[in-house]
Amino acid sequence: MTTTRNQVLSDIQAATVRGQRPGYVSHSFATDRTPNAELSPAALVHMFAERVSEYKAWVGYSTTDGLSAAIAARLEMYGTRYVVPADFPADILQQIPCIRDEQLSHADIAATDGVVSLSALGIAQTGTIVLDAGVGQGRRALTLLPDYHLCVVYAASIVLTVPEAFARLRASIVERRAPLTFISGPSATSDIELNRVEGVHGPRRLEVIIVDAPGR
Amino acid sequence: MKPDSVIIELSPEFSVGAKQALQNTQLRRNMGKATQTIRAKRAAVVGEVADWEELRDAGERIKADTMAHLDVYIQQLEKNIQAAGGTVHWASTAAQANDIVTRLIQATKSKHIIKVKSLTTDEIRLNEALEAAGITPIETDLAELIIQLAHEKSSHILVPAIHKNRSEIRELFQKAMHLPDLTDDPKDLAAAARTFLREKFMSVKVATSGANFAIAETGSVCVVESEGNGRMCLTLPDVLITVMGIEKILPRWEDLGVFMQLLPRSSTGERMNPYTSIWTGVHPGDGPQEFHIVLLDNGRTQVLGDSVGRQTLHCIRCSACINICPVYERTGGHAYGSVYPGPIGAILTPQLVGTEHTSSLPYASSLCGACYDVCPVKINIPEVLVHLRGRVVREQHTHVTGWLDPESIGMAGLAQVFGNRVTYEAAQAMGKLAQWPFVHEGYIENGPGPLGAWTAMRDLQAIPDQTFRQWWRERNKHDDNA
Repeated sequence: MTTTRNQVLSDIQAATVRGQRPGYVSHSFATDRTPNAELSPAALVHMFAERVSEYKAWVGYSTTDGLSAAIAARLEMYGTRYVVPADFPADILQQIPCIRDEQLSHADIAATDGVVSLSALGIAQTGTIVLDAGVGQGRRALTLLPDYHLCVVYAASIVLTVPEAFARLRASIVERRAPLTFISGPSATSDIELNRVEGVHGPRRLEVIIVDAPGR
Repeated sequence: MKPDSVIIELSPEFSVGAKQALQNTQLRRNMGKATQTIRAKRAAVVGEVADWEELRDAGERIKADTMAHLDVYIQQLEKNIQAAGGTVHWASTAAQANDIVTRLIQATKSKHIIKVKSLTTDEIRLNEALEAAGITPIETDLAELIIQLAHEKSSHILVPAIHKNRSEIRELFQKAMHLPDLTDDPKDLAAAARTFLREKFMSVKVATSGANFAIAETGSVCVVESEGNGRMCLTLPDVLITVMGIEKILPRWEDLGVFMQLLPRSSTGERMNPYTSIWTGVHPGDGPQEFHIVLLDNGRTQVLGDSVGRQTLHCIRCSACINICPVYERTGGHAYGSVYPGPIGAILTPQLVGTEHTSSLPYASSLCGACYDVCPVKINIPEVLVHLRGRVVREQHTHVTGWLDPESIGMAGLAQVFGNRVTYEAAQAMGKLAQWPFVHEGYIENGPGPLGAWTAMRDLQAIPDQTFRQWWRERNKHDDNA
């Protein structure tokens, strides 16, 4: 195996010398695209909500105090058996009928009516939620196997652009070596005549509760 | 190193495959509808990004930097994946890569694997190698599943079953999944695939994937998808094996932020694709506890060494060039005889397997340049096409028979005639005389002899009564008189 490694490496080196090696280029352009400073915090949250719902996900609002009740009200509609990450905050859990993910099997998780999780951040321009295995987010299988995912996004965690999100996520990747999942709407496919159809292997229903949105 | 596997069906030339495809009216209708839909979606979401051109520049510069220093970045990636608990394998050729993957799967004793859609594993024909070793690969992407069930080849890099419409897919699923009452509503078809594959996701212990990107700085690997089959394969099995071309590396974490803006909008025409997974080695208590990555050359270093062709390796497999191409829209993907069809395939395939096997592909284009305009990393596809056409001609000239073919003789003759004013003007005068039986309202529509092959598809403008040179001389005379 070492010899193949050396073979590939020496082929790369020979090719890059043949094809010339310009100096390193500056990468500041990748992140210095200035976000639209005009956008008010309320408008930012509004854009996020609008774009998430364009993917056919339901979006609702809550205060920190009302969150447990707001979640419970949604869950009532779809079933009785829910699962949350092992470290899901107890104060939010109060009114929610669920089990904690304490080493559940994949089959156990799949058999629930849904999962409730927190999130790392939201991206307004693209209507994207990012999970980084932080508090209340759980392992990746937990937010994948159930057919319904209710995700809590704090308004303060919403950024406007993709580069801003990557800047914030650097710590998750570098310091915690966390797995990341970007979620933009429920699972979908465009494989049949290139029309988007919601609902394939991931959760077919995605709901988002935005907490403490300014001006609401 | 030269690739040893053949990613193409070395069957007919492009023109032969294209003619066959053009006779299939169902195919042309399916392709026309699909490419029009996706072009409109892409144009809408690209239009809302004010600094799209700056983004394309950034994408191009990051890729150019990556290629220039690939040896540095690939060793950095290796070190960081190993530090995170992953195992790194190297493969010069497809056969080596297939061997590595087969042995890794055999070590698990599993007889089945679930697969995330991956062009790289299509390129090396991993499925065939696994089947030969008694291992059953299960494609989990909807379009790949359709192709696998139909025993067909992909015709598009993003939507391999783009040539099939909903009723054709329904028939296929009715038979394979024993669902006689299945409708052709895409929602029902997707639900059928969900049920069919869920059991596989829950039981199969080994998965393979490709990679859209890998970050040298962190050792992270990224897979971009829509359906959630990728998340299933990357999360549920015990063992994950990723096969990645060496050109997929990005130097820094923030670079991925640039490509996550370029790729979804160029590809499916969405602001963002439904799911993106990024993992770094093995995550304790979360996902596969054994992770292998195979870094594949298979002809890529040959492309890297060509200063014009190198930009081909910048490709992020979005398929915007394929969807915009007027040739692809009419012929579909199978005419290209490769897992990489369309404009990008016309430049990538000949460089990977050698122009001697694929001499017709650089000509599968009108050089209109639409592909270059939509490319999110600004690959100058027409430039590379012309470069490869030159290579094809030079290669033919290395053989004596190459010099003796009618086109070479004709071109050599033309060079003589066009190289001298006297012979050129004499030829014009002769041409004017010789052309009259063929000229119809100023155009030659059916040329004689070898010219007939050219005029079969085009009209040739006739030599005018007064040539430019004659007009110029006349004009000078008038001026002198004045």
